[in-house]
Amino acid sequence: MKVLYFAWLRERLNKGEETVSPPAEVKTVGDLIAWLAANDEAAELAFSNRKLIKAAVNARIVNHDAPVAANDTVALFPPMTGG
Amino acid sequence: MSVRVQTAAFDPGAETNEFLATNAGAGAAVTFTGLVRSQPGDPITTLTLECYPELAINQIRTVTAQAISRFGLIKAAVIHRYGTLRPGDPIVQVMTLAPHRGAAFAGAEFLMDYLKTDAPFWKKEATPEGARWVEAKAEDDAAKARWE
Repeated sequence: MKVLYFAWLRERLNKGEETVSPPAEVKTVGDLIAWLAANDEAAELAFSNRKLIKAAVNARIVNHDAPVAANDTVALFPPMTGG
Repeated sequence: MSVRVQTAAFDPGAETNEFLATNAGAGAAVTFTGLVRSQPGDPITTLTLECYPELAINQIRTVTAQAISRFGLIKAAVIHRYGTLRPGDPIVQVMTLAPHRGAAFAGAEFLMDYLKTDAPFWKKEATPEGARWVEAKAEDDAAKARWE
Protein backbone atom coordinates (compact mmCIF):
# COMPACT_ATOMS: atom_id res chain seq x y z
CA MET A 1 0.00 0.00 0.00
CA LYS A 2 1.31 3.41 -0.98
CA VAL A 3 0.66 6.33 1.38
CA LEU A 4 1.08 9.98 0.31
CA TYR A 5 1.39 12.92 2.70
CA PHE A 6 0.87 16.60 1.93
CA ALA A 7 1.49 20.04 3.45
CA TRP A 8 2.24 20.18 7.21
CA LEU A 9 1.57 16.48 7.52
CA ARG A 10 4.39 15.81 5.03
CA GLU A 11 6.66 18.20 6.93
CA ARG A 12 5.93 16.71 10.36
CA LEU A 13 6.47 13.17 9.10
CA ASN A 14 9.50 14.28 7.08
CA LYS A 15 8.38 12.28 4.04
CA GLY A 16 6.05 12.77 1.10
CA GLU A 17 5.28 9.11 0.56
CA GLU A 18 6.02 5.63 1.77
CA THR A 19 5.07 2.06 1.03
CA VAL A 20 3.58 0.19 3.98
CA SER A 21 2.31 -3.33 4.63
CA PRO A 22 -0.29 -3.01 7.37
CA PRO A 23 -1.71 -6.16 9.02
CA ALA A 24 -5.03 -7.64 7.90
CA GLU A 25 -6.90 -5.91 10.76
CA VAL A 26 -6.33 -2.58 8.99
CA LYS A 27 -9.50 -2.42 6.91
CA THR A 28 -10.33 1.30 6.72
CA VAL A 29 -8.62 4.68 6.38
CA GLY A 30 -9.22 5.22 10.10
CA ASP A 31 -7.60 1.88 10.91
CA LEU A 32 -4.60 2.83 8.77
CA ILE A 33 -4.16 6.18 10.54
CA ALA A 34 -4.37 4.46 13.93
CA TRP A 35 -1.83 1.84 12.85
CA LEU A 36 0.58 4.47 11.46
CA ALA A 37 0.25 6.51 14.68
CA ALA A 38 0.89 3.46 16.87
CA ASN A 39 4.10 2.61 15.05
CA ASP A 40 5.85 5.95 14.92
CA GLU A 41 6.27 8.78 17.42
CA ALA A 42 6.20 11.56 14.80
CA ALA A 43 3.05 10.04 13.28
CA GLU A 44 1.37 9.79 16.68
CA LEU A 45 1.88 13.53 17.15
CA ALA A 46 1.01 14.48 13.55
CA PHE A 47 -2.23 12.47 13.60
CA SER A 48 -3.23 13.48 17.15
CA ASN A 49 -6.19 15.59 15.96
CA ARG A 50 -8.00 13.17 13.66
CA LYS A 51 -10.52 15.85 12.61
CA LEU A 52 -7.72 17.67 10.77
CA ILE A 53 -6.78 14.61 8.71
CA LYS A 54 -8.51 14.34 5.33
CA ALA A 55 -8.08 11.34 3.03
CA ALA A 56 -8.28 10.13 -0.54
CA VAL A 57 -8.07 6.56 -1.84
CA ASN A 58 -6.87 6.20 -5.41
CA ALA A 59 -7.34 9.95 -6.00
CA ARG A 60 -10.95 10.05 -4.75
CA ILE A 61 -11.86 11.87 -1.52
CA VAL A 62 -13.20 9.50 1.14
CA ASN A 63 -14.20 9.45 4.81
CA HIS A 64 -12.21 7.68 7.50
CA ASP A 65 -14.58 4.69 7.35
CA ALA A 66 -13.73 3.98 3.69
CA PRO A 67 -12.05 0.62 3.01
CA VAL A 68 -8.38 0.33 2.07
CA ALA A 69 -6.67 -2.58 0.30
CA ALA A 70 -3.09 -3.64 -0.37
CA ASN A 71 -2.88 -2.18 -3.88
CA ASP A 72 -4.43 1.18 -3.01
CA THR A 73 -2.76 4.58 -2.97
CA VAL A 74 -3.97 6.37 0.15
CA ALA A 75 -3.37 10.11 0.53
CA LEU A 76 -3.54 11.83 3.93
CA PHE A 77 -3.58 15.61 4.20
CA PRO A 78 -4.81 18.63 6.21
CA PRO A 79 -7.91 20.64 5.22
CA MET A 80 -7.47 22.04 1.71
CA THR A 81 -6.79 25.73 1.08
CA GLY A 82 -7.20 26.14 -2.69
CA GLY A 83 -8.63 28.93 -4.80
CA MET B 1 -15.27 21.77 -19.95
CA SER B 2 -11.62 22.66 -19.61
CA VAL B 3 -9.70 22.01 -16.38
CA ARG B 4 -5.98 22.66 -16.01
CA VAL B 5 -3.68 22.35 -13.01
CA GLN B 6 -0.19 23.63 -13.76
CA THR B 7 3.00 25.17 -12.41
CA ALA B 8 3.42 27.43 -15.45
CA ALA B 9 2.17 31.01 -15.35
CA PHE B 10 -0.90 31.88 -17.41
CA ASP B 11 -2.03 35.11 -19.08
CA PRO B 12 -5.49 35.97 -17.69
CA GLY B 13 -6.45 38.15 -20.65
CA ALA B 14 -5.31 35.67 -23.27
CA GLU B 15 -7.17 32.87 -21.49
CA THR B 16 -10.34 34.98 -21.40
CA ASN B 17 -10.06 35.83 -25.09
CA GLU B 18 -9.58 32.21 -26.01
CA PHE B 19 -12.55 31.23 -23.85
CA LEU B 20 -14.71 33.87 -25.57
CA ALA B 21 -13.58 32.95 -29.09
CA THR B 22 -16.20 30.19 -29.26
CA ASN B 23 -19.21 31.69 -27.49
CA ALA B 24 -22.10 29.88 -29.19
CA GLY B 25 -24.17 33.08 -29.17
CA ALA B 26 -24.20 33.18 -25.36
CA GLY B 27 -25.28 36.41 -23.70
CA ALA B 28 -22.99 36.37 -20.69
CA ALA B 29 -19.45 35.44 -19.72
CA VAL B 30 -17.80 35.85 -16.32
CA THR B 31 -14.08 35.62 -15.61
CA PHE B 32 -12.80 35.53 -12.04
CA THR B 33 -9.05 35.73 -11.43
CA GLY B 34 -7.61 35.06 -7.99
CA LEU B 35 -4.29 36.79 -7.25
CA VAL B 36 -1.59 36.35 -4.63
CA ARG B 37 -2.46 38.87 -1.91
CA SER B 38 0.10 40.91 0.00
CA GLN B 39 -1.12 43.85 2.04
CA PRO B 40 0.97 46.55 3.75
CA GLY B 41 -0.05 45.39 7.24
CA ASP B 42 0.54 41.73 6.45
CA PRO B 43 3.14 41.46 3.68
CA ILE B 44 4.24 38.19 2.16
CA THR B 45 7.27 37.58 -0.03
CA THR B 46 6.07 34.41 -1.77
CA LEU B 47 3.12 32.04 -1.71
CA THR B 48 3.87 28.37 -2.35
CA LEU B 49 1.00 26.09 -3.27
CA GLU B 50 1.42 22.39 -2.79
CA CYS B 51 -0.85 20.21 -4.92
CA TYR B 52 -1.97 16.63 -5.46
CA PRO B 53 -2.54 17.02 -9.22
CA GLU B 54 -4.34 13.73 -9.92
CA LEU B 55 -6.88 14.38 -7.15
CA ALA B 56 -7.14 18.07 -8.11
CA ILE B 57 -8.15 17.18 -11.66
CA ASN B 58 -10.75 14.67 -10.40
CA GLN B 59 -12.20 17.12 -7.87
CA ILE B 60 -12.29 20.14 -10.19
CA ARG B 61 -13.78 18.18 -13.09
CA THR B 62 -16.53 16.87 -10.81
CA VAL B 63 -17.46 20.29 -9.44
CA THR B 64 -17.25 21.91 -12.89
CA ALA B 65 -19.67 19.32 -14.26
CA GLN B 66 -21.98 20.10 -11.31
CA ALA B 67 -21.77 23.84 -12.05
CA ILE B 68 -22.59 23.35 -15.74
CA SER B 69 -25.60 21.22 -14.93
CA ARG B 70 -26.88 23.22 -11.95
CA PHE B 71 -26.69 26.68 -13.56
CA GLY B 72 -27.28 25.71 -17.17
CA LEU B 73 -23.86 26.93 -18.25
CA ILE B 74 -22.89 26.59 -21.90
CA LYS B 75 -19.33 25.89 -20.80
CA ALA B 76 -16.91 26.48 -17.96
CA ALA B 77 -13.14 26.46 -17.53
CA VAL B 78 -10.80 26.39 -14.54
CA ILE B 79 -7.05 27.03 -14.46
CA HIS B 80 -5.25 26.59 -11.12
CA ARG B 81 -1.52 27.09 -10.55
CA TYR B 82 0.73 25.54 -7.98
CA GLY B 83 4.39 26.01 -7.06
CA THR B 84 5.96 29.25 -5.79
CA LEU B 85 4.21 32.50 -6.74
CA ARG B 86 4.78 36.17 -5.97
CA PRO B 87 2.38 38.92 -4.85
CA GLY B 88 0.11 39.92 -7.71
CA ASP B 89 0.59 36.67 -9.63
CA PRO B 90 -2.61 35.03 -10.86
CA ILE B 91 -3.29 31.80 -8.93
CA VAL B 92 -6.61 30.70 -10.27
CA GLN B 93 -9.01 31.63 -13.06
CA VAL B 94 -12.61 30.52 -13.40
CA MET B 95 -14.59 31.29 -16.55
CA THR B 96 -18.25 30.64 -17.23
CA LEU B 97 -20.44 31.13 -20.28
CA ALA B 98 -24.22 31.21 -20.03
CA PRO B 99 -27.29 32.57 -21.83
CA HIS B 100 -27.79 35.23 -19.10
CA ARG B 101 -25.58 36.98 -16.53
CA GLY B 102 -27.22 35.50 -13.42
CA ALA B 103 -26.14 31.98 -14.28
CA ALA B 104 -22.66 33.09 -15.36
CA PHE B 105 -22.05 34.96 -12.06
CA ALA B 106 -23.55 32.22 -9.90
CA GLY B 107 -21.63 29.47 -11.68
CA ALA B 108 -18.32 31.28 -11.21
CA GLU B 109 -19.01 31.95 -7.53
CA PHE B 110 -20.09 28.34 -6.94
CA LEU B 111 -16.88 27.09 -8.56
CA MET B 112 -14.68 29.39 -6.49
CA ASP B 113 -16.42 28.48 -3.23
CA TYR B 114 -15.81 24.78 -3.93
CA LEU B 115 -12.18 25.30 -5.01
CA LYS B 116 -11.43 26.98 -1.66
CA THR B 117 -12.44 23.93 0.38
CA ASP B 118 -12.49 20.91 -1.93
CA ALA B 119 -9.52 21.27 -4.29
CA PRO B 120 -6.33 19.64 -2.95
CA PHE B 121 -4.04 22.65 -2.75
CA TRP B 122 -2.27 23.80 0.40
CA LYS B 123 -0.90 27.36 0.68
CA LYS B 124 2.25 28.29 2.54
CA GLU B 125 3.16 31.96 2.93
CA ALA B 126 6.73 33.17 3.26
CA THR B 127 6.76 36.39 5.26
CA PRO B 128 9.47 38.63 6.77
CA GLU B 129 8.77 36.80 10.08
CA GLY B 130 9.06 33.31 8.60
CA ALA B 131 6.93 30.77 6.78
CA ARG B 132 3.43 29.67 7.79
CA TRP B 133 0.76 27.35 6.41
CA VAL B 134 -2.51 29.10 5.60
CA GLU B 135 -5.24 27.62 7.79
CA ALA B 136 -8.58 26.56 6.39
CA LYS B 137 -11.13 29.27 7.17
CA ALA B 138 -14.59 28.71 8.68
CA GLU B 139 -15.91 31.45 6.37
CA ASP B 140 -14.83 29.40 3.35
CA ASP B 141 -16.75 26.39 4.69
CA ALA B 142 -19.75 28.67 5.25
CA ALA B 143 -19.47 30.05 1.71
CA LYS B 144 -19.55 26.53 0.30
CA ALA B 145 -22.43 25.49 2.56
CA ARG B 146 -24.65 28.17 1.00
CA TRP B 147 -24.90 26.00 -2.11
CA GLU B 148 -25.95 22.82 -0.30
